[in-house]
Amino acid sequence: MLSMSTNNSSYNDQGGADSAVEIGQETTPTSNSGAGFGLFSTDFKKNDDLKEMLENNKESLKLEAMKRIVGLIAKGKNASELFPAVVKNVASKNIELKKLVYVYLVRYAEEQQDLALLSISTFQRALKDPNQLIRASALRVLSSIRVPIIIPIMMLAIKEAASDMSPYVRKTSAHAIQKLYSLDPDQKEHLIEVIEKLLKDKSTLVAGSVVMAFEEVCPERIDLIHKNYRKLCNLLVDVEEWGQVVIISMLTRYARTQFTSPWREDGVFDENSERAFYESDEEKTRDDTEIKPYTMDPDHRLLLRNTKPLLQSRNTAVVMSVAQLYWHLAPRNEVSIVTKSLVRLLRSHREVQYIVLQNIATMSIQRKGMFEPYMKSFYVRSTDATHIKSLKLEILTNLANEANISTILREFQTYVKSQDKQFAAGTIQAIGRCATNISEVTDTCLNGLVLLLSNRDETVVAESVVVIKKLLQAQPSQHSDIIKHMAKLLDNITVSMARASILWLIGEYCERVPKIAPDVLRKMAKSFTSEEDIVKLQTVNLAAKLYLTNSKQTKLLTQYILNLGKYDQNYDIRDRTRFIRQLIVPNEKSGALSKYARRILLAPKPAPVLESAYKDRDRYQLGTLSHTINTKASGYLELSDWPAVAPDQSVRNVEVIEPVKEWAPSLGKTGKSKPAKSSDDKFYSDSGEEEEDEKGSGTSSSNDGSSSSSAGLSLCLCVPPPGPVCVSGPAFVPEKSHNLLHRMTGKGLAAQYQFTRQPCLYQPNMVSVQISLTNTSDHRLEQIHIGERSPAGLKIHCFNTIGESHCFSTLDDTKEDQFSVSIQPAVGDLFLAVTMTEQDFRKEQGKLQGMNECSATITVTAENTSSQPLNRRVAAMANVGVVPSGQDNVHRFAGKTACSGAVLLVTVELRESSAAVITINTEKSVMGSMLLRDLKKSLAQA
Amino acid sequence: MSHEAVRVDPDMEYLTPGVVDLEQMFWTGLGATYTHCNQVWPNLYIGDKKTALEKPGLVEMGVTHIINAAEGTWNNVSTEMIHSLFLVNPSGDIFLEKHWKSVVSRSVCDYFLEAREKALDPEDVPPVISTPHHYLISIYRDKLFFLSVIQTEVPPLFVIEFLHRVAEMIQDYFGECSETVIKDNVVMVYELLEEMLDNGFPLATESNVLKEMIRPPTILRSVVNTLTGSSNVGDKLPTGQLSTIPWRRAGVKYTNNEAYFDVVEEIDAILDRTGTTVFAEIQGVVEACVKLSGMPDLTLSFMNPRLLDDVSFHPCVRYKRWESERVLSFIPPDGNFTLMTYHVNAQNLVAIPVYVKHSINFFESGSGGRLDLTVGPKQTMGKTVEGVLVTVHMPKTVLSVSLNATQGSYTYDNATKVLVWDIGKLNPQKLPNLRGSLSLQTGAPKPEENPSLNIDLKIQQLAISGLKVNRLDMFGEKYKPFKGVKYITKAGKFQVRM
Repeated sequence: MLSMSTNNSSYNDQGGADSAVEIGQETTPTSNSGAGFGLFSTDFKKNDDLKEMLENNKESLKLEAMKRIVGLIAKGKNASELFPAVVKNVASKNIELKKLVYVYLVRYAEEQQDLALLSISTFQRALKDPNQLIRASALRVLSSIRVPIIIPIMMLAIKEAASDMSPYVRKTSAHAIQKLYSLDPDQKEHLIEVIEKLLKDKSTLVAGSVVMAFEEVCPERIDLIHKNYRKLCNLLVDVEEWGQVVIISMLTRYARTQFTSPWREDGVFDENSERAFYESDEEKTRDDTEIKPYTMDPDHRLLLRNTKPLLQSRNTAVVMSVAQLYWHLAPRNEVSIVTKSLVRLLRSHREVQYIVLQNIATMSIQRKGMFEPYMKSFYVRSTDATHIKSLKLEILTNLANEANISTILREFQTYVKSQDKQFAAGTIQAIGRCATNISEVTDTCLNGLVLLLSNRDETVVAESVVVIKKLLQAQPSQHSDIIKHMAKLLDNITVSMARASILWLIGEYCERVPKIAPDVLRKMAKSFTSEEDIVKLQTVNLAAKLYLTNSKQTKLLTQYILNLGKYDQNYDIRDRTRFIRQLIVPNEKSGALSKYARRILLAPKPAPVLESAYKDRDRYQLGTLSHTINTKASGYLELSDWPAVAPDQSVRNVEVIEPVKEWAPSLGKTGKSKPAKSSDDKFYSDSGEEEEDEKGSGTSSSNDGSSSSSAGLSLCLCVPPPGPVCVSGPAFVPEKSHNLLHRMTGKGLAAQYQFTRQPCLYQPNMVSVQISLTNTSDHRLEQIHIGERSPAGLKIHCFNTIGESHCFSTLDDTKEDQFSVSIQPAVGDLFLAVTMTEQDFRKEQGKLQGMNECSATITVTAENTSSQPLNRRVAAMANVGVVPSGQDNVHRFAGKTACSGAVLLVTVELRESSAAVITINTEKSVMGSMLLRDLKKSLAQA
Repeated sequence: MSHEAVRVDPDMEYLTPGVVDLEQMFWTGLGATYTHCNQVWPNLYIGDKKTALEKPGLVEMGVTHIINAAEGTWNNVSTEMIHSLFLVNPSGDIFLEKHWKSVVSRSVCDYFLEAREKALDPEDVPPVISTPHHYLISIYRDKLFFLSVIQTEVPPLFVIEFLHRVAEMIQDYFGECSETVIKDNVVMVYELLEEMLDNGFPLATESNVLKEMIRPPTILRSVVNTLTGSSNVGDKLPTGQLSTIPWRRAGVKYTNNEAYFDVVEEIDAILDRTGTTVFAEIQGVVEACVKLSGMPDLTLSFMNPRLLDDVSFHPCVRYKRWESERVLSFIPPDGNFTLMTYHVNAQNLVAIPVYVKHSINFFESGSGGRLDLTVGPKQTMGKTVEGVLVTVHMPKTVLSVSLNATQGSYTYDNATKVLVWDIGKLNPQKLPNLRGSLSLQTGAPKPEENPSLNIDLKIQQLAISGLKVNRLDMFGEKYKPFKGVKYITKAGKFQVRM
């Protein structure tokens, strides 16, 4: 610095060159120092051509440029100066280009806030796009732009998206909540409102994301969960796996605040306490009368039951989260069902093993019995990574008991010989722990360790010495020969820790080895100057102790050592020497303390406790990051203790829910004999009947013998080929279902059908019809299938024969019945909604003039004159998509017939004094006129 | 170093501007560029929170004290689960970074690189590292580190599982997961990462869904794309995202409808020096390759499902059907997937297909030793054992080996001390043998312990547990599919202690 400051110009040059290099190689986004800019030339040129490419009219060049820019971003290089050129392309029609621009925007908007604002209007427009994918991605990007000015816009967009018809858009809005919250926590209250709304959502797609948002924004608002608790439990199996993890961890916390403890306070189920078995019967009965018998809240049981299948998940995070749920919530005797699954995870990747083993280590301290049968799964292989080895060792040590200790020790003997010396040393410590924990094997272990003292490897010997020292300290009485043996070893051992330990042992028990101790001191006096500090300190200690017990033989030696220590280079040793001298050698200056020297130095010392490093990890919730790193991670939420008295249970009661409407039922997932009442919340799971009985919310089952059960299934009607128009999701799904077969005519079998307006699973040109069958009779109905009576030209993709429709009482009388039924679709249900631009609409309309057009003038009611209700009415009538319109008074809708793909165009033009003209263009003129009639009726209605 | 400070020359004459001038500057923004950190006086910096949080950067600048002068409500609460992802190659270079929110400086990786330096083997790098402001969770896979940066509490397995999914997805898309492949397809990888995670929370991880959004590269398509300028990005929302069957794409069509199932079993075992089984178990997996049109609903049943002790399923399998009837009922994803993994009840004795006769001696003098290995078939159920490969991790002091193999060939890597003997097919009439002498480092003590052997092998057309597929039925579609089942037994972690 000094030399440079003498020459100003050279300093500047230097600095400039530095930053140029910096930019050229690593280019952090922020290093646009003034000096560096001029020397930017090489990189500048490269970026310049990118700019040209972006401003070119050719899409392919733009795309190429964006790809290179994204490549720069991926490498962590700076591309921020291209912002103005890039942002222009945000409205591009090319989807890939657009996506890449989005990537760029999200990365740099925070730095270039003013310019970023230019793009906002594009997103606002896209938020209204009929294509749900475009709406969702617009919201995703909009909410990722971290520019405070647009917070109100984001808030508005989130609120709208939360009531979007597409569950995918709603899911995106749940994600956006967290993004907005992190940008501006002041919005919390508004965001909670949105969360509350989304929590009520019945789509499995939304559930995981909204619970995630809940956990981030307002984990303390547990009251929001009450009403949704049962729904979440029931949806759980069908939520995507990542959502499952989040929901399970939230429900764990919820349950700990809402239910009472299933663990009996007296530890009857605690296998570690054997009190219960030896208790006198008298005492026990008294206990039982005192403690109110525990009954589990049915909701608590519901959670445990519905999470259990997830133990079979392929996602290790899901399995772990169920395991922790059982650990924290289940009655003690049920926890062990997670064992097998956890052991299975040990076959997974090394990182997974690491986390799972850590959790097992914590669990195995409290509950040996859980993992003991799987002890062999924790045997160490030579190919395991170091941290895996030490965790396995830890667990094996935790599992050791009187019965299996011999097996474990035999296994340990192999480990001690391992080439990995660190691991061998760990094994020796583990042997030490086993020896203290299980008194039967203490002697065996000690002998084994003494044998190891003649091992060739220093680390092994050193570790053995240290462990033996600890063991002897626990029971020094009869082990003087081991001490003698170790004194002999002192000549050969070079590891300082081991030497120090031996010296300490001899000093501590010098009265047991009165002959050897002074001799050891003599040897140490000779080598004192060349020893390590830690050995020197222990030599001083040994000298002091011998001086007190055997001053006749050792006085001179002690003096000599203390003199050496006095001039040692290390101040610790000098200090210690000075202190010891004052303490043991009485002189006029030494105060009252020297009287107590013997009691100070030779006081009985408590034996060190050898225990698991995982002993107190159970203060953290299992499976969390905090548990893994053994410190509280930021954002960690404590698991509360069970409440003494359960809070009001009725808060979770909900009215019977309306069936879900957005989803096409799939034939595949429909299990047989599914109760009708549960189809709303259990449609996706394969839940059988037995679950239904225990569900709290009153089902009408088994009251008077005429219990009902039904099956949901879908069949598809079809006629030949489709047209190439982009089909979008339905804008509206009618809730109305129609009677297909009345229970009286059907002799107990009732059938209802409903148009789901979903693209058919089997063939795109089919229309899905959902049929619900209900058995209202008191006997079993078997072999329900659709006969081959279909009219010509109509293809039916039927469901398979339903084995039996179940009911509770069984009367076996076999009879065959056939019913002729017909499905009469409203004409509007035979269309598929289509998205197109206004331009395309006009173009199509131009083709469909004359014969293909029909129109009518009607008087619309006042409420139908605004666009929202009008759109809804039309959508309710027919499955058509809204076409964005440039005029306020003209509303356009487009659809196509499912069977032939013929385009259908609907125009509603509002005129003065509540008059309106409906125009329908389609080549299927019959359908057109039928639809016109329906629409007229619908729009004129109040 | 993350934020280059703007230097001010202490010797330059500088006058602090007056209030009016400052205001002027403020409004016109003349020449002032925003940087995270400025050196305003020798050794005095003004910086933002970002700078203050990056400890390595501060140390580099020589900062010893920080005075906080921040005020306001723009509090940056980081809530996302996964903040950033870095891909690091074996030599410690970061070759790809992706941030899902604000940018985290690369310098956080220094903590990781330090740990990697310390570890003898990449496998030994701890998967979770705690730094002052971040937590680093990493996986090591295909010779690459996937390193994610976390700021708040999150289940570590959640992150680990996700990182493995990323690796699998790259493997699935490009055929392999390597630095070259990722660098060649960096834009597509970036787009994939964008779709897989939103705000740090996994969005689309199902291969069938992703492939509809971003089409995997094929030679034909890349040619077409360059000619027409069309793209790999789908413009429609994959139906899977919305249906109840998120793992399967709609509108699948094949001319040949086929469904193949591979039952692959691995024997994990530890044998002690006498050949006694210390520990043995069988782990199996059913890999499926299903190419069926439409929406087939399959049911797969086993002859002896009682053998299966513990199972885990692909999400498509209906758990309740398995519980009640012990059959696998599912609507399969399109293409390759793992249908189930299972564990065979440990009470059943595991058949060990090979035995090893071994002796290894080191001479007392300490200059050499002898090795003698013979491998032979044991319980093979009449099938041939193929692909036998014996790996021995020799003690550190073994310098070289001079051996003679009656069958196959052997190699010895002096750097890693690994002896590999590739035997191939096992002939029961003529057992392969490997014998010869070992030479040790002169003066080194006789190795205390004996190495252990790892054995690799393969038996075609045999599931060692005896598991048999009974039948496969298809519902929901009219055509007749071609069905096939294949059995393979392999050695998993098969170790013999010498």
